[in-house]
Amino acid sequence: MLADFTRGERTTASIILGALLVVGLAMAIVGRNDLIGIHGWVVCAAALAGIVTILRQFDLPEPTPERYSEYYDAPTRLGLILTLAWGVVGMAAGVWVAALLAWPDLTFDVAWLSFGRLRPIHTSGVIFGFGGNALIATSFHVLQRTTRARLPDAISPWFVLLGYNLFCVIAASGYLMGLTQSKEYAEPEWYADIWLVVVWVVYFAIYMRTLARRKESHIYVANWYYMAFILVVAILHIVNNLAVPVSLGSAKSYSLFAGVQDAMTQWWYGHNAVAFFLTAGFLGMMYYYLPKRAGRPIFSYRMSIISFWGITFMYMWAGSHHLHYTALPHWVQTLGMAFSIVLLVPSWASAGNALLTLNGAWHKVRDDAVLRFMALAAIFYGITTFEGSFMAIRAVNSLSHYTDWTIGHVHAGALGWVAMITFGSLYSLVPSMFKRERIYSQRLVEVHFWLALSGTVVYVFAMWNSGVIQGLMWRTYDETGTLSYSFIESLVAMHPYYIARAFGGLLFLLGALTALYNVIMTIRMPARGAALGAEGDLPATPALQAGE
Amino acid sequence: MALKERDEFSGQVTTGHEWNGIKELNTPVPRLVWAFLGTMALFAVVWTILMPSWPGINGYFRGLLGADQHQSVELTLAQAAADQARWTERLVNEDLATLQADADIMAVVRQASSSLFIDNCAACHGVEATGNPGYPNIAEAPMMWGGDADTIAETIRVGINATHPETRFAQMLAFGRDQMLAGAEVTLLADYVASISHGPALPTEQRLAAEELFANNCAGCHGETAKGMVETGAPDLTDEYWTYAGDHAAIRRSIYNGRQGTMPAWEGRLSTAQIRMLALYVLDLRSATP
Repeated sequence: MLADFTRGERTTASIILGALLVVGLAMAIVGRNDLIGIHGWVVCAAALAGIVTILRQFDLPEPTPERYSEYYDAPTRLGLILTLAWGVVGMAAGVWVAALLAWPDLTFDVAWLSFGRLRPIHTSGVIFGFGGNALIATSFHVLQRTTRARLPDAISPWFVLLGYNLFCVIAASGYLMGLTQSKEYAEPEWYADIWLVVVWVVYFAIYMRTLARRKESHIYVANWYYMAFILVVAILHIVNNLAVPVSLGSAKSYSLFAGVQDAMTQWWYGHNAVAFFLTAGFLGMMYYYLPKRAGRPIFSYRMSIISFWGITFMYMWAGSHHLHYTALPHWVQTLGMAFSIVLLVPSWASAGNALLTLNGAWHKVRDDAVLRFMALAAIFYGITTFEGSFMAIRAVNSLSHYTDWTIGHVHAGALGWVAMITFGSLYSLVPSMFKRERIYSQRLVEVHFWLALSGTVVYVFAMWNSGVIQGLMWRTYDETGTLSYSFIESLVAMHPYYIARAFGGLLFLLGALTALYNVIMTIRMPARGAALGAEGDLPATPALQAGE
Repeated sequence: MALKERDEFSGQVTTGHEWNGIKELNTPVPRLVWAFLGTMALFAVVWTILMPSWPGINGYFRGLLGADQHQSVELTLAQAAADQARWTERLVNEDLATLQADADIMAVVRQASSSLFIDNCAACHGVEATGNPGYPNIAEAPMMWGGDADTIAETIRVGINATHPETRFAQMLAFGRDQMLAGAEVTLLADYVASISHGPALPTEQRLAAEELFANNCAGCHGETAKGMVETGAPDLTDEYWTYAGDHAAIRRSIYNGRQGTMPAWEGRLSTAQIRMLALYVLDLRSATP
């Protein structure tokens, strides 16, 4: 890492880490009687680890100008490993909380082992830890390849990747201590939120600066999606997390919004986190790795355009479908539902564009589990977006809302779409990033594929069944005009599905562990010969860049 | 810029762009997609015309159908109340003893109360109403505040040691902790209570001493024969039912630390019909238990 830094950059990095150390110390001292103090020490530890690393390697020889003749992939390499590490942690937490729902005694009367604290570790671990690292790692890779420009400087990609992971660590450790602002997928408290804004602005700047120096006249579709992801997530994150801390020495804050406005802001955020984090970002991934692996041109550039603008415009209005039949005014619900229904068109156009791109390469889908991961992801994307639009219809929502159907829907998307496209991209990226001939074991990729698919199917069918049964039991009246079932009877009915769900999740986790093993073994394989080098995988006109 | 070329497989022409080997076909958007978009957009537009939708400065467009979720909730609730009226009116207006003898209404009570009881009462009293540690068995044990239908309904209405202004109030003092009795006396009383319930009889001398202690400290609430008193809500100590377990150690703990169980008041949370129905339901459970 340090070998890529010039002396000046090593000094700059030390100064940044020194500033971070000061902030951490201030948090630790001012917040010494509060949980924020503990996070202050976490920040100090992270800053010190960075400073020690730099100082120990400060006198390494400076990089040669030849580095400009290659893309800057070191952050992507670490990002891929972090993706898998967070994936295993987040999915293991998921299996554990699934087991807690079936066997609540597993809490063992320990506060930090309770469902309420572990559940956000699962959701943040997989969405932000696994998904976020995957997006950062692949976006750096795709951005450079599709612009033929190297990342603009050596420090900022590391700042984004490591800073983002510091945010994830603060978030997860905060949940264990009981720190949360009680907004779903926006649980971290104010100081973590501010830090994420800083990281995110640098992330967007990397994109802008690299695009400004691109050597391709057109900006590839994948980059539209990655940019939409970064820009909109920044807007969502900042607005939904507007809050006033109790004091600078307190972790607790109060939201700027109250009542139904708070609910609307939260679900505008929540729904668009699904749209721009879990959809747009991963569509960017799909648009690069799927055609690349299949060796086929994108089916239709024009479909890419209408899908992109359809998705970015329509999603913004759909958040209110999370609040059907609540205190939210009826007219807002109608609009949310109307936009959600039209949203199906660009969503299916995207899925269709991906699947039609595979025309002429279906034999590869049959033979290559990596491409099959991506093809299946596109299919699940289609299924999930149909289900989402369907559930946004008010009358359907009156049955599905508050039931496990919602959980099934989310996991059809998260396991079937997000995780599958990530694993497919990861497998196709790891060998070239680590300069290895191939992935360690194609057989294990095949094993992983079937584990992932069966895990997803078991999980989703369990939750569909459980959710519909639950919804029906809650609304069944007998001839006396009273409810036929008590709440506890619906829980008893769900119990077998909860066990099945934990089993499905376990299969998926085993798949992720297989991937981790396969990637570690790939990295441990001997590097491929220099002759095989980065053939055709080089930035344009390196001499120009060196002079910049 | 790369040249436009024809893709052999699809017959379509590329856009002429290329990014690290990735090309794009310039395939026109299929008609099906436009038709799909048109259909969905048409549905959305029609829906927003029919339903309350677009906001203005001082309000919002009400929609041609005049739908309103607040109104529809009220209508649904009124309809539900009307559906139930044939039996709720009888429950509210007729004498509970009469209703208890009426097979028709008791059939409704059995059907309609089961989920009501499980949702509201079972957390403490158990799904079978046979109680849990700290919460009495109301399917079998004698009722501490009286076991006729009207009394049970009243207990449900006002609760025990609850926040209701008319709540039933009962407290067993902490005889040991508050030093009203010496430790040895507490132990002796525990021996005595165990003996009159289930344990071995005490030697005469101890029994006499314990009886005097009991008469002076306990009989005021539990009665001279320890059979309990509905006026004070104090339980029968001679039977086999124990709210807080009947072993010697538990009895001693109760005498030493006192007891003050709580049952919430249900007036305001359940309707009068529901409260009276639950009283009949509990009585029905008790008559079904041998």
